[in-house]
Amino acid sequence: MRWLPVAASDTAARVDLLFYSMVVITGVVALGVFVLMIYFCVHYRAGSGADRANPPPRKKWLELGWTLTPLAIFIGIFVWAAVVYACFYRRGDDAMTIFVVGKQWMWKAEHANGRREIDELHLPLGQPVRIVLSTEDVIHSFYVPAFRIKQDAVPGRYTSIRFTPTREGEYWLHCAEYCGTDHARMGGKVVVMAPTAFAQWLERGSGNASLAAQGFELFRQLGCSGCHVNSTVHAPDLTGVYGRTIHLSDGRTLIADEAYLRDSILLPKRDVVAGYEPIMPSFQGQLDEGQLYALITYLKENR
Amino acid sequence: MATPFVPQAIGIRAPSPNWPGYLGEGYTLRSWLVTHDHKRIAILYMLAITAFFFVGGAAATMMRLELATPQADLVSAETYNKLFTIHGVVMVWFFLIPSIPSVLGNFLVPLMIGAKDMAFPRLNLASWYIYVLGGIFTVAALIAGGVDTGWTFYTPYSTRFSDSNVILVILGVFIVGFSSILTGLNIVVTTHKLRAPGLTWFRLPLFVWANYATSLILLLATPVLAMTLTLVGLERFFGIGIFDPALGGDPLLFQHLFWFYSHPAVYIMVLPAMGVASEIIPCFARRTVFGYHFMAYAIFGIASIGFLVWGHHMFVSGQSMYAGMVFSMLSFMVAIPSAIKVFNWTATLYKGSIYFSAPMLYALGFVGLFTIGGLTGLFLASLALDVHLTDTYFVIAHFHYIMVGGSVMMYLGALHFWWPKISGRMYPEILARIAALTIFFGFNLTFFPQYLLGWLGMPRRYHEYPPELQVLNLFSSAGAAVLAVGYLLPLFYLAWSLFWGKRAPANPWGATGLEWQTASPPPKHNFEQEPVVTQGPYAYDPVR
Repeated sequence: MRWLPVAASDTAARVDLLFYSMVVITGVVALGVFVLMIYFCVHYRAGSGADRANPPPRKKWLELGWTLTPLAIFIGIFVWAAVVYACFYRRGDDAMTIFVVGKQWMWKAEHANGRREIDELHLPLGQPVRIVLSTEDVIHSFYVPAFRIKQDAVPGRYTSIRFTPTREGEYWLHCAEYCGTDHARMGGKVVVMAPTAFAQWLERGSGNASLAAQGFELFRQLGCSGCHVNSTVHAPDLTGVYGRTIHLSDGRTLIADEAYLRDSILLPKRDVVAGYEPIMPSFQGQLDEGQLYALITYLKENR
Repeated sequence: MATPFVPQAIGIRAPSPNWPGYLGEGYTLRSWLVTHDHKRIAILYMLAITAFFFVGGAAATMMRLELATPQADLVSAETYNKLFTIHGVVMVWFFLIPSIPSVLGNFLVPLMIGAKDMAFPRLNLASWYIYVLGGIFTVAALIAGGVDTGWTFYTPYSTRFSDSNVILVILGVFIVGFSSILTGLNIVVTTHKLRAPGLTWFRLPLFVWANYATSLILLLATPVLAMTLTLVGLERFFGIGIFDPALGGDPLLFQHLFWFYSHPAVYIMVLPAMGVASEIIPCFARRTVFGYHFMAYAIFGIASIGFLVWGHHMFVSGQSMYAGMVFSMLSFMVAIPSAIKVFNWTATLYKGSIYFSAPMLYALGFVGLFTIGGLTGLFLASLALDVHLTDTYFVIAHFHYIMVGGSVMMYLGALHFWWPKISGRMYPEILARIAALTIFFGFNLTFFPQYLLGWLGMPRRYHEYPPELQVLNLFSSAGAAVLAVGYLLPLFYLAWSLFWGKRAPANPWGATGLEWQTASPPPKHNFEQEPVVTQGPYAYDPVR
């Protein structure tokens, strides 16, 4: 029986410090209120000889005091919690990206080199990891209590969360957003390994081509290359598209990220690039989430 | 000197020893079913919500039994999912939301402001029938095999994947919403138009303030729920794409709309409870409430800021990080007026002369549990902590401390406090104190371990869980058994008191409100002559 959860990531250490500080702060407040209540109840019980003369009807300084003091404390906690929260979503090239798809009722993960696993996730110790999430059906939520991270996988979009495992071992992986009959059984374990052991593990099982290679294959099969590579059809060249600033025909500009590439494949009429006709067909329903992400990975690496 | 537990009764006596008051205006079923008397309609509501309370409670008992062991042994996954859905739907819409406003607000607001009845008596009766109709749809869905979406109806699960009776339950909740809207409208108009001469806004009891603010939320938020559920129905039934991305919709849109209602709904449940505490504590402390004006402003602070915090249910949903920050900040802000109220109730005890009658035990328990529920809410408002704690048992514990530790405790406290007025009989004091303490103990045993379970990472809506969490789950299940006994006790002794309880004087607690200035039970039109108010509420004197 454990009374406190294991902390196995950099985020867990930060969250725990905040949590236990909050326990102390709120504990002091609660204790103060309860001690006063009990003292008053005993001291001023009916029939006691306590002095009840001149009870204060109201005291402005007291009321202002117990309004402004919590306000100051709350602002402090808010800022602290928001700063830690922002770390979960920090972008940076140093993180290893792993693609995870939720599906009633399993988690499917795919590493960059093409190694796949189901209801398990192997991670190297000390390496920043960015989990990119998607789902084939309903909303799921990727939850590893030992890392103190949780992120919903939402149909029709990518979400992501970032952390660094800091302790070797096996930890629970759950689905935290109710997703139907076997919601409670959706999950498994996360295995944090020493970097060398992880590298060996990663090599052992990859019978598949890497995600980018799979994406390149799809790029040709689906005919994307027919229009987007040296073609007579007027379509934007996709070399180095990821991270580029895109000017749209309606005047908006945006940065080409995973979400933009996803939308451009499935909903090509939504964000039409300036200077091009909206002639691209939608690929909605022709790709599963894994294929779609492989395609995007290819585009990301095609510099 | 008074007895150490019950303050002295003062005031007028009933006109005759067997005075039946409004209860004697007809003894037939018909006389109840076509009544326009707000007091009788309140009793119709009381009977209906009590029935639903025990339906919802039975579902919870089954869940706690299943959770006594880490494996699924008592019920299947499917059944468990239906149990927590029906528990949520019934307890939220068919018990908690109508509990204090529709039963006690209905009974007391006209009495407290010196009115003969609600502003719209027929509408009042209609709202009860609408409630019953909504209830029938929901019960029909139960009988037809239940529903497994959770009370939150998240899309696209509810629109495309669940093959249970979603439409029936949505219809039930849609319909019962109109009952809320009409009751809210009635209380707002009654408070504006029917106050007795001399009863200015700042002479109103805080219970009336709280019900007034609650009614405004009912009026403004419930239509949003009705629209949202309609859209879910349209998508599920006709395949019109609103929330399902496969049809061009957005599932987060549903969450925004749903919580735009359902977060304020928490305040619908807890504001009236705060109003009750503000009546009971001054009465049994024999002190005027500390900082009356701040208390009234705090009610409105909570009601208005409460509309702006819905996004704190969505910190890990994929909504923008910056939206999360705004909602987090606003959630801390809504905690300020709640803190003010706790401090003021505590300060009201200072230099009082405190009696520990059953209603006071409930009220003191309420302040303690609400404090814990409120403080743990700060953990969930803190963005980084919420990432770990949301959708775990920490959330379950937090909102049960507010809704059960807060609202249900105060509903029971109110029922005891005004029972002499409602029934004309006294409840058995010793038994009532035992029940109050049993509930307080059982509640904490059930829900405190759930905070630890949540911190350890046990997700909600799980019928199976990692075996190392069994000890805490066993504590929680044992607590649920104690709680069940605690809730059954008042059912029996209050029913008993209707026939054999001591007859109540007009003002058994020596309380100040106008409702105590008329007979127990009150006559059909509440007062023999229209009362005139010359001072603020809570003119208690601890020394006398």
